[in-house]
Amino acid sequence: MALENLTASLISGFAQLLTGVRAVWRGCQPESRPRVYFGNHTSHGDFVLIWASLPAALRRRTRPVAAADYWLKGGLRRYLVQGVFRAVLVDRRPSAHAPGPNPVDRMGEALAAGDSLILFPEGTRNLGDELLPFKSGIYHLARAHPEVEFVPVWIENLGRVMPKGALVPVPLLCTLTFGQPLRIEPAEDKASFLARARTALLALAPAAD
Amino acid sequence: MFLSAMTAQDTLIAVFAGVFGTLLLASAIAGLLRYRLAPGAASATLDNLDARLKAWWAMIGLLALAFWAGRAGVIALFAFISFQSLREFVSLTYTRHGDHGALLWSFFFFLPLQYFLIGIDWYGLFSILIPVYAFLLLPIWSALGEDTTRFLERAAKVQWGLMICVYCLSHVPALMTLEIPGYEGRNALLVVFLILTVQSSDVFQYVWGKLLGRHRLSPNISPSKTIEGLVGGVLTSTAVGAALWWMTPFLPWQAALIALAINVMGFFGGFVLSAIKRDRGVKDWGQMIEGHGGMLDRVDSISFSAPIFFHIIRYWWVP
Repeated sequence: MALENLTASLISGFAQLLTGVRAVWRGCQPESRPRVYFGNHTSHGDFVLIWASLPAALRRRTRPVAAADYWLKGGLRRYLVQGVFRAVLVDRRPSAHAPGPNPVDRMGEALAAGDSLILFPEGTRNLGDELLPFKSGIYHLARAHPEVEFVPVWIENLGRVMPKGALVPVPLLCTLTFGQPLRIEPAEDKASFLARARTALLALAPAAD
Repeated sequence: MFLSAMTAQDTLIAVFAGVFGTLLLASAIAGLLRYRLAPGAASATLDNLDARLKAWWAMIGLLALAFWAGRAGVIALFAFISFQSLREFVSLTYTRHGDHGALLWSFFFFLPLQYFLIGIDWYGLFSILIPVYAFLLLPIWSALGEDTTRFLERAAKVQWGLMICVYCLSHVPALMTLEIPGYEGRNALLVVFLILTVQSSDVFQYVWGKLLGRHRLSPNISPSKTIEGLVGGVLTSTAVGAALWWMTPFLPWQAALIALAINVMGFFGGFVLSAIKRDRGVKDWGQMIEGHGGMLDRVDSISFSAPIFFHIIRYWWVP
């Protein structure tokens, strides 16, 4: 456990040094209750950056939601994602003949245990300029846990620090903006919750160039 | 020169003692103002002053440390300042995936090489590395990325960032390489002269602006700058520069003229970079130095004045 903690501090220290990351808590303050942080996804480093910019006490109780098909390939990835980040691994493409556990149930268990989650509702790294439509998982999670706050987090610049396929990062400065938390309404349907969450995230983005 | 008996080292120590003394006095005055303020009352101006003073302590401390370490220390300090300025500049600039390679070359090849060339005193390559080689090679690299969207704009912005943040700023430590007859071993004092004159101009513009500022100079670009602040600041720091003639190879009237030239350039450096900030819709380049915004907010005036200062000396004082 000591080694995992050390690795975790090293990785978040490196991420902070590389990106000079600045967290702007615009719509809420860091709190220790279970929350779901959802952000725009442009780089594999996204969850590391959100994770690194949380206060240390919250960091230990915050787990990223990660794709099993990517992160279970190779020993190092597996060690990082399971040992260091304690990720909740979900199957993006559950196959019919080997159905795994329901991803929303896995996330729900973590919330019930008092942990927070980091997830990227676009579902995949977004290489374009527009925010992709959200996958429905975040709605099902909200429906199952209506008491939990969903905090939008806009990640600025990380896609330029380490674009897809790049081997060496460019040390640009990144800013994380934490917006106003939202909760699902009792009668809210899937489409309107997804639209509301997406609008809340987009509202944090700086004006388009 | 009445201080010619002093060694360069003694002069440096005396100058830094003077600057630290001034800062101590300023901090004491700020403390007194805070004391006279009703307890618990808030004052945005005083908070701003405190933050500025704190930043000044840190900056002067770092400079002193670099001078203590000698030429390598000054080169390393300005390489770091360039690095931080360039990342602030590019962070606020539109680039695309296709520029990743050009940016890597800028940060990890051209920037260190530029400062390395000062270290080995190769003026011929130092003076053309970025204006010629980076200028031609970086767009080639970007074009190979096959992405033509806003291509000229992207290539121009990368080059502009390198020129302002690396090429221009590197002329400060390059002052250490100038061979001026009769001035051997004292070049560090040229760096001190440049920084003290230009930075004091920033301070005096702020002070005169606060005291007498009535007519706004350019509401579109720098709402806080006034004509009174500009004239008072530039004239006062020109007097400062003239009063520092003894640490330079210049006569007093030459020191005054040179101080005037670099103060005017310094002012326009801040002005031009403010125009870019307005266009980008930001107030500061970054948040690195509390009360001062980013690194680039602090060195914009140095960036514009250093090459001019360097070439004035190189043209008239280096045989």
